[in-house]
Amino acid sequence: MIDVNRDGEVWVFAEQHAGVLEEVPLELMSRARQLADKLGVKVAAALLGNGVEELAEKFFHYGADKVYLVEDALLKRYQTNSYAKVISELIGKHKPQIVLYGATVAGRDLAPRIASAAKAGLTADCTDLQIGDHKGPDGQGHKNLLFQIRPAFGGNIIATIINYDRWPQMATVREGVMPMPQPDTTRSGRIVRENIKLSNGDLQLEILEEHKRQKKVNLKSARIIVAGGAGVGSKDNFRLVWDLANCLGGAPAATRAAVDLGYIDKDHQVGQTGTTVRPSLYIAVGISGAIQHHAGMSESKRIVAINNDPEAPIFQVAHYKIVGDLNEVLPMMIKAIKEKAVKEG
Amino acid sequence: MGYNCIVLIKQVPDTKRITGQAMNDDGTVNRAALPAIFNPEDLNALELALEIKDAHGGKITVVTMGLPAAAAILRDALYRGADEAVLITDRRCAASDTLATSYILSCAVKKLEYDIVLCGRQAIDGDTAQVGPQLAEKLGIPQITYVEALGELTKETIVVRRNIGNGFQKVKAKLPVLLTVTDVANEPRVAAAKAMMKYKKALAPIEIEQTAKAENTDANDKTVKELVERKCELLRQQGLLIKQWDLDFLEADLSWCGRSGSPTKVHRIQSVVLTAKQSKDVDPTQQGVSDMVHELIEDKTIT
Repeated sequence: MIDVNRDGEVWVFAEQHAGVLEEVPLELMSRARQLADKLGVKVAAALLGNGVEELAEKFFHYGADKVYLVEDALLKRYQTNSYAKVISELIGKHKPQIVLYGATVAGRDLAPRIASAAKAGLTADCTDLQIGDHKGPDGQGHKNLLFQIRPAFGGNIIATIINYDRWPQMATVREGVMPMPQPDTTRSGRIVRENIKLSNGDLQLEILEEHKRQKKVNLKSARIIVAGGAGVGSKDNFRLVWDLANCLGGAPAATRAAVDLGYIDKDHQVGQTGTTVRPSLYIAVGISGAIQHHAGMSESKRIVAINNDPEAPIFQVAHYKIVGDLNEVLPMMIKAIKEKAVKEG
Repeated sequence: MGYNCIVLIKQVPDTKRITGQAMNDDGTVNRAALPAIFNPEDLNALELALEIKDAHGGKITVVTMGLPAAAAILRDALYRGADEAVLITDRRCAASDTLATSYILSCAVKKLEYDIVLCGRQAIDGDTAQVGPQLAEKLGIPQITYVEALGELTKETIVVRRNIGNGFQKVKAKLPVLLTVTDVANEPRVAAAKAMMKYKKALAPIEIEQTAKAENTDANDKTVKELVERKCELLRQQGLLIKQWDLDFLEADLSWCGRSGSPTKVHRIQSVVLTAKQSKDVDPTQQGVSDMVHELIEDKTIT
């Protein structure tokens, strides 16, 4: 635990695996820049690994002033204990006021271990971060705190969490919820090399095997998404979701219910337990619009909803509402799109 | 040979069955209106412990922290094959965040013998996945999160497969270790009829006390206390007394428990209201659909 430190920097954990940077630390970096500008402090990334110095530049392009770089052969692969030890020591030395992590598997494995060692607060799976003021129950005011905003209770409520007495303020943030801005390749910054003593004893695990697979679809970068829910009714009917997505050059997606019913692979799942998306166009087919699903797609620019139940909650967030049978409406849409393409082509 | 397994379990509101009525007007959650269930992934953690016990022998202790009503999931765990149950209940635990919770649990685990500590990956009320790793740190033992399958287990080491988001790893750790278990790890077994017959009478002292008070409204405190003590002793002899620990028994530092031990505080809770946007009704006809597609092309949404 460190004391409240108003000059402290805003940090982002620079998650990388085998020299490949995750996207979420860059998403976080641009938000960290905004937060730090409000606070009038500097922004830094904590980059750990072996032979990863070249990744530092990216963080400068996305808003970092500094990159704390810790390189060691023992940090070549992510392990909870060794990474937690290094970051805990860096926090103790530099006393940042905010530390952000992506809510990836590694981020959710690492951040609580650090929080426990630092006896600091940690909020999981945030979907938004702001700077704001808080008045405690004792009437005491606290200015410029990190508002850690997240869904709770299965997405039924949105909680704003703060910590005002024990710092750093730490949060993991869901992937894809912060828009990825354009990098500014003219920006530069300072690399601060840190030496932290590690020994083999700090590696508590032996990684015997590792298998990675490509996700079947990249929903995060899709400009158009056609998503089906349980209301699609069958795997056969789901074919229409694929067809519509194909003719729009978009990606097929699904709710958890449709995934659980076996209509499509889990890689395609949008929502609180799936991917968070923010496409230009989101077409919801046979989706009732449970709150958990809404959490994953509410930032879509345009929403078209097709459902035969006029009372479906999805219609409350849709820009275009079509009450009808998807087996009739989807072929009509496909036809309309193909005709336009012919006219323009 | 066998392994001492501790499984940490939590009673949670069934967030999948929240209805409008379950939210209060001020946006807070009306917990009383929600069915309380055994946190789903904690059942997977218990099942993994049962698999270890089936294969190698040993003892399974289930531990929960919560209100007296949480004893219900301890009984459920006993029906499924756990050997011993511990209820941590104390008003001073209220308002604990994950850090304070992990501290209190660490005090309890230190009172027990263990080779493997198991938790569900996360609980469905908070979805934080933080208590497991924080507990491992406080115990000073390795953690393996997102466990999907058990591999080789020897006297000194364990091998498991864990999910890494875009694939999996097989990792080996020295015992003692803490595992957080995901829902793909196994299919939790159901209660065994024999164990159910045996343990349905298992009670925690606080439950006995509540019943004694309700049934003897005119009795004085001393009489109730004697009644409770007698009943507890009876159950203890039958192996049916659920252990009940408070923060004094745990010798916990109170400044690290409850509200004072919790760095995170709630600033605001809002219920999620789906907001109506400017929207258009589209006729489910070819004309209606074509007009919409045309608009979307015009404004460059479809390119």
